[in-house]
Amino acid sequence: MVSPAIEVADLTKRFDRTVAVDGIGFTVFRGQTAALLGGNGAGKTTTLSMLLGLLLPSAGKIRVFGEDMLRHRYRVLPRINFSSPYVDLPHRLTTRQNLAVYGRLYGVRRLEERIEALAADLQIGIFLDRPYGKLSAGQKTRVALAKALLNEPELLLLDEPTASLDPDTADWVRTYLETYRARTGATILLASHNMAEVERLCSEVMMMRAGRIVDRGPPEELIARYSRTNLEEVFLAIARREENLEVAE
Amino acid sequence: MTERIAAEAGFSPGRVWAMMLRYLYLLRSSWPRAFELVYWPTIQMILWGFMTQFLQTNSSWIAQAFGVLLAAVLLWDVLFRGQLGISVSFLEEMWSRNLGSLFVTPLRPYEWILSLLAMSFLRVMIGVVPAALLAIPLYHYSIFTLGLPLLAFFVNLLVMGWALGLMICALILRHGLGAESMAWLAIFVLAPVSGIYYPVSVLPSWLQWVAWALPSAHSFEGMRGVMFDGVFHLGHFLAAAALNVVYLGVGVLTFLYAFRVARVRGALLQTGE
Repeated sequence: MVSPAIEVADLTKRFDRTVAVDGIGFTVFRGQTAALLGGNGAGKTTTLSMLLGLLLPSAGKIRVFGEDMLRHRYRVLPRINFSSPYVDLPHRLTTRQNLAVYGRLYGVRRLEERIEALAADLQIGIFLDRPYGKLSAGQKTRVALAKALLNEPELLLLDEPTASLDPDTADWVRTYLETYRARTGATILLASHNMAEVERLCSEVMMMRAGRIVDRGPPEELIARYSRTNLEEVFLAIARREENLEVAE
Repeated sequence: MTERIAAEAGFSPGRVWAMMLRYLYLLRSSWPRAFELVYWPTIQMILWGFMTQFLQTNSSWIAQAFGVLLAAVLLWDVLFRGQLGISVSFLEEMWSRNLGSLFVTPLRPYEWILSLLAMSFLRVMIGVVPAALLAIPLYHYSIFTLGLPLLAFFVNLLVMGWALGLMICALILRHGLGAESMAWLAIFVLAPVSGIYYPVSVLPSWLQWVAWALPSAHSFEGMRGVMFDGVFHLGHFLAAAALNVVYLGVGVLTFLYAFRVARVRGALLQTGE
């Protein structure tokens, strides 16, 4: 039986009177690619931040690889990694320097070798010695992905992994993620509002709205359940149903 | 997969070195930043050096203590650069929106603090030592003639700079980059009561109590003791050291508390401009 990589129970985050995440619970199994899908302000980034320990929950439990993330996050952090458009890397450092610093923070063995391998893999070799701040958005995304893969994470958390990328680069990133998961058996949890991306990459989807998980399941199951043709239509159907419920209340 | 990584469960000097490397890369990549470290201590020393030469011929008090102003200028810079060394390295992470990436690594906040302290020491050495050396050919004055007491003043002022730097970082972490100017301004509030260029006895008596609560006042008073009387006042040294233990403790705790509050408020992900 496949063991869980992430177990979340009754997770809540309140900012003063605003409830950003409202008592959600879910499990992501090892080797699975799952998604938190929702519009702006649905609570996806807040949930990822709590999973990583960047944000402390107001209530609830998070276990990653069986460890309580609120008490023993440092046991787990070497095994996971993260990429998000909301964080950045130092602009004045070159790509190589950035990777060298992060490699040391993760305690990566044979670091130079690892950087060269990732550079070849992610096609970042030609700008390895260029300052990170001088790279294009697509190049930065590939470098951020290289940073996120430095420690060959068993769990990869990705926030909007293809946001602001042109279709070609976005497709390249998705293909790379599929290959990485297939090769390493890693678990991937991504937060996205790109329906096509989620439909292609994920075997489990959690639909979020106003801090709650309003529906979940494999993409094809959700599409069949709502009698729609794609995930985008499912998302809109759920959003409108919820709006109607709110109006009725 | 885990064979590739050797992340240590407890304290890791490797992670402290990684963070130092990050700041050293930055210094290396920008000569104006490195130049700035040397620039201000040198300019200060040159200005006050000529001032001292002028006063030497016009004031018997100063004539008895040639170099007292120069020594004070250089030691004040140890305090100021020590604080700035912490604050600027910290701000580099805020400016580059890097905190979110850093704190999903196994880096502990106290390892980061250690790297900030180490970088502060390096920045002070890069800034103050050339200025001190330049004073020798320019004014035939060497601060190194203070001997071992110089080390005592240096350590006490540097540690006070660290403590203040950590408190300022906590403030910036709490209030965001809107409080950035505190990194450059805050320490000057303490300058008048630190007795840098004049004895603490010059101050009104109620303000002297404030002064004696500062490690800097004890250090500068101790410096004048060595320069005027040729005596190292152990009492001032011990008072400064004891106060520094308290200051540094408060600095570290304030910083760690602000870091925890930042995790509650989600500030680690929203640190850009």
